[in-house]
Amino acid sequence: MTALSALPEKHLPLPHRFAEWFAAKGWQPHAHQLDMLAAADSGRSALLIAPTGGGKTLAGFLPALIDLAESPRDGLHTLYVSPLKALAVDIHRNLTRPIQELGLDIDCETRTGDTPQAKRQRQRRRPPQLLLTTPESLALLLSYHDAPQVFAGLNSVVVDELHALADNKRGDLLALGLARLQGLAPGCRRVGLSATVHDPQALVAWLSPTGRHEDAPLRLIQAGGGAAPEVEILGTRAHLPWSGHMAVHALAEVFERIRAARTTLVFVNTRAQAEIVFRELWRLNEEGLAIALHHGSLSAEQRRKVEAAMARGELRAVVATSSLDLGVDWAAVDLVVQVGAPKGVSRLLQRIGRANHRLDRPSRALLVPANRFEVLECRAALDGLRAGTLDGDPAKPGGLDVLAQHILGTACSGPFDAETLYAEVTRAAPYAALPRPDFDDVLAFVADGGYALGGYERYRRLGRDREGRYRVASPAHLRRYRMNVGTIVEAPTVRVKLKRGRMLGEVEEHFVRGLVPGDSFVFAGELLTFEGLRETWAEVIRGPAGGEPKVPAYAGGRLPLSTHLAERVRAMLEAPGRWRDLPANVADWLFMQRRRSILPPVEGLLVETFPRGQKQFLVAYCFEGRNAHQTLGMLLTRRMERAGLGPLGFVATDYVLAVWSLEPVTDAAALLDQDMLGDDLEEWMADSSMLRRTFRQVAVIAGLIERRYPGREKSGRQVTVSADLIYDVLRKYEPDHVLLRATRADAAGGLTDIGRLAGLLARVQGRITHRALPRVSPLAVPVLLEIGKEQVTGAALDELLDESARALIEEATGRLQVIQAELPL
Amino acid sequence: MRRGSEVLVNGVELLADVSGALYWPALRTLVVADLHLEKGSAFAARGQLLPPYDSAATLQALAEVIVRRDPERVICLGDSFHDDGAAGRLASADGAALRRLTAAHDWIWIAGNHDPVPPVAWGGKVETRVTLGALAFRHRAGGDRAPGEISGHYHPTASVRTRARRITGRCFVGDGRRLILPAFGAYTGGLDVLDPAIAGLFPRGFSVHLLGRGAVHSFSGTALAAG
Repeated sequence: MTALSALPEKHLPLPHRFAEWFAAKGWQPHAHQLDMLAAADSGRSALLIAPTGGGKTLAGFLPALIDLAESPRDGLHTLYVSPLKALAVDIHRNLTRPIQELGLDIDCETRTGDTPQAKRQRQRRRPPQLLLTTPESLALLLSYHDAPQVFAGLNSVVVDELHALADNKRGDLLALGLARLQGLAPGCRRVGLSATVHDPQALVAWLSPTGRHEDAPLRLIQAGGGAAPEVEILGTRAHLPWSGHMAVHALAEVFERIRAARTTLVFVNTRAQAEIVFRELWRLNEEGLAIALHHGSLSAEQRRKVEAAMARGELRAVVATSSLDLGVDWAAVDLVVQVGAPKGVSRLLQRIGRANHRLDRPSRALLVPANRFEVLECRAALDGLRAGTLDGDPAKPGGLDVLAQHILGTACSGPFDAETLYAEVTRAAPYAALPRPDFDDVLAFVADGGYALGGYERYRRLGRDREGRYRVASPAHLRRYRMNVGTIVEAPTVRVKLKRGRMLGEVEEHFVRGLVPGDSFVFAGELLTFEGLRETWAEVIRGPAGGEPKVPAYAGGRLPLSTHLAERVRAMLEAPGRWRDLPANVADWLFMQRRRSILPPVEGLLVETFPRGQKQFLVAYCFEGRNAHQTLGMLLTRRMERAGLGPLGFVATDYVLAVWSLEPVTDAAALLDQDMLGDDLEEWMADSSMLRRTFRQVAVIAGLIERRYPGREKSGRQVTVSADLIYDVLRKYEPDHVLLRATRADAAGGLTDIGRLAGLLARVQGRITHRALPRVSPLAVPVLLEIGKEQVTGAALDELLDESARALIEEATGRLQVIQAELPL
Repeated sequence: MRRGSEVLVNGVELLADVSGALYWPALRTLVVADLHLEKGSAFAARGQLLPPYDSAATLQALAEVIVRRDPERVICLGDSFHDDGAAGRLASADGAALRRLTAAHDWIWIAGNHDPVPPVAWGGKVETRVTLGALAFRHRAGGDRAPGEISGHYHPTASVRTRARRITGRCFVGDGRRLILPAFGAYTGGLDVLDPAIAGLFPRGFSVHLLGRGAVHSFSGTALAAG
């Protein structure tokens, strides 16, 4: 049997009670729901890939409900894991109904970080038949000594929204947890539910108990596609901006659409965008339509309120970030608006699917580009949607930091044998190719730090018993593990609290530290005035204090443009025949570019240089996403420094990189040679703040340093050692330590995106077109407008400090106006 | 770029070194604060297995600045050892490195709150405070605001907003009459100079000398970014 068995299974008839229930609802079971039943009946694992609204959840649970209806029994029967707490809660609600209507005697409970302690203890003693939880809560459950009893009779585990878990560290943690579960309950079936993806075989491998897609003992069930979505790009009446990401120009038109629709979901890409869009919509909202805000920094209570109001159909619109990308079913949503660039076809599809959550009717969506490049990106994403091509990144190997956490968790539940654990770990797909030496290094790290200079023998976390098995050395490590479980490491945050009022949410600490009492800022959809930092929170009052309010910016949260979408944008640029689909001003812009310079070719790389003011500019049209461009900017400025070109700074967008210097670049091809990924990269990486940030996350996940919980730090003198200091010392004395290896591996794909950069440099070797222009080209204008808004330059720390010390202020904002006034078009 | 910056304290010309040490050229005296040797192993003992290289790193940095400035006398301003057990945990190689340093100089351990009785097994002599010329050296700034006081204890750091980003680093902080040194130890974090615990010591304002990678940068306290 292979994972791709093409023959449809023979469908069994639904048990009478269930057939009647379907009939009473006026529903027909979907073919894929019956396929899932058939797979369950033959005891096989199954992966269901279906578009949003395809009745996936019911398909996942139907076998459990039928099994428990026909042979009722106590004990944990089915474990459901979702990436979102909110989704687990929502599914609970959605399951309770059919259970009641069918008159079944089935306990169904959730278990998340919000579940009260007493209930959690009871759940371990007497588990419900259906338990709905998250990857982190599962890891915790597995870390208790009674895990073998709790899971012994487990019939199946259902992983929801698998596509959202399979390529990240939470997925790594869950994959390891599933491997562990398989050891505790060998007969347990795995069921995966996923949205449509680029590469189903990758998910087959992920879900397979063997960790490989070849000969995976599971059935792949792909539901037919639903109705094609109706997607429109807003052809704004207002002037289309050159740069910026807030799309404020178009919000009046967005508001009109909200008024015309029943319920609208307005998706944005960042929390800062969410705050601004929300405020602007309310500025227009004279009739007081119920428009709410939802993002990850708001307090859980606030988010739950919004979700509940949405479920009751009380809201006309919600402005949301990816916090609402997944799951929760709102049948009433009839319009999805995407403000700003979609960044990827799969993500756009997912978001659009949030409208009209029913297979047989098309979803309606409106794309609102915020600037000219975003128009191209929206157009390309729309073409991608129509062609049914999705983004796909090759699967990354599992994080060694996550493995460290899992090993400690395993030890918490009881002694283990290294050999057996290694075998178990390699049955999790992300670790299928894990070399034994890497496993041993991680194990050594967990046991005693794994430092080449021993010395910590007496402080070991894991000891060995007589049989050579590893066990936790002290109960203190159990507590520490349980406090720090999980792979989501946020930047340190500070709670925001109304004076004599409630908590509004959390903002990043560095933002709060930049405030002085009396500053006003926008948060949770309100204009607030900062009163001061109290013991553990930022105290605010409602209302403005005058002056321009600030908007908290958040580290991370910005997804880079997907490779697939970038390719589509490039292809569009090279095909003037397709420009007539674009708004006239965008098409004009591209024609102008063709006259003044050339358009970036699909193959190869266009580099333009031109003088401007006293400076020499270089603009490279790489289309590899912001992270890769930033790394390239760092490396290029180093080379230019050595070549005596006097680089002054750079700015990276998702599409291009611009560098400015005192002297002009004459040989762009030599400058962009592949060899820049050698020593320069190594040297820069070592000192890069992105590496430091990545190291901090790795160190927290691996359990080297502890999480910081807002409100729990002592004020004043630090009681922790900062990750930065540890990083410096470890790099100097043990550069090959397993945590530094994990850091470099993460950075290669994440914040520095070196993988993508290396691909670009290899692809364009010998195919770099350098245009030396007398002045800025039309296509370069947007990136020049970003200068001054972006917080990145190539200058070294001492130069920056020296500059500040001499009170040299950054390029004045007046400069921006100058550029705007003399736009070359 | 210069590896240090001139600082005047109570009329005495001093040099704030980029390493975080203070050098007094006239008396060939080098001053460092808050080495916190064996802080890493103190964390390890509580279950947090930090890399065990902090003492080696601290002593190496100290040896480097000693080579560069070539002092006759070295004063450690207290909290040289992270805790009572630190002396017992110091690796033998690190102990030997420390012994070489103390043997070659007139070495003074000033007692701190972390090491009220600094061990003398590696040489050097212990004092609670030392007065040389117009300067008085002690672990923690006193409430009397005596002119010429040089101290440590607070691990001052400062943040500056630059064109590109905000930069935070260890710093010297002083008002021309008194000076507080940054912590020298590899694992020693810091307290922002704008915190009342430090700012309150300088009611008439202060300036900081921020440690960069290769140079020291001076700022007025009013030019700093909060936090």
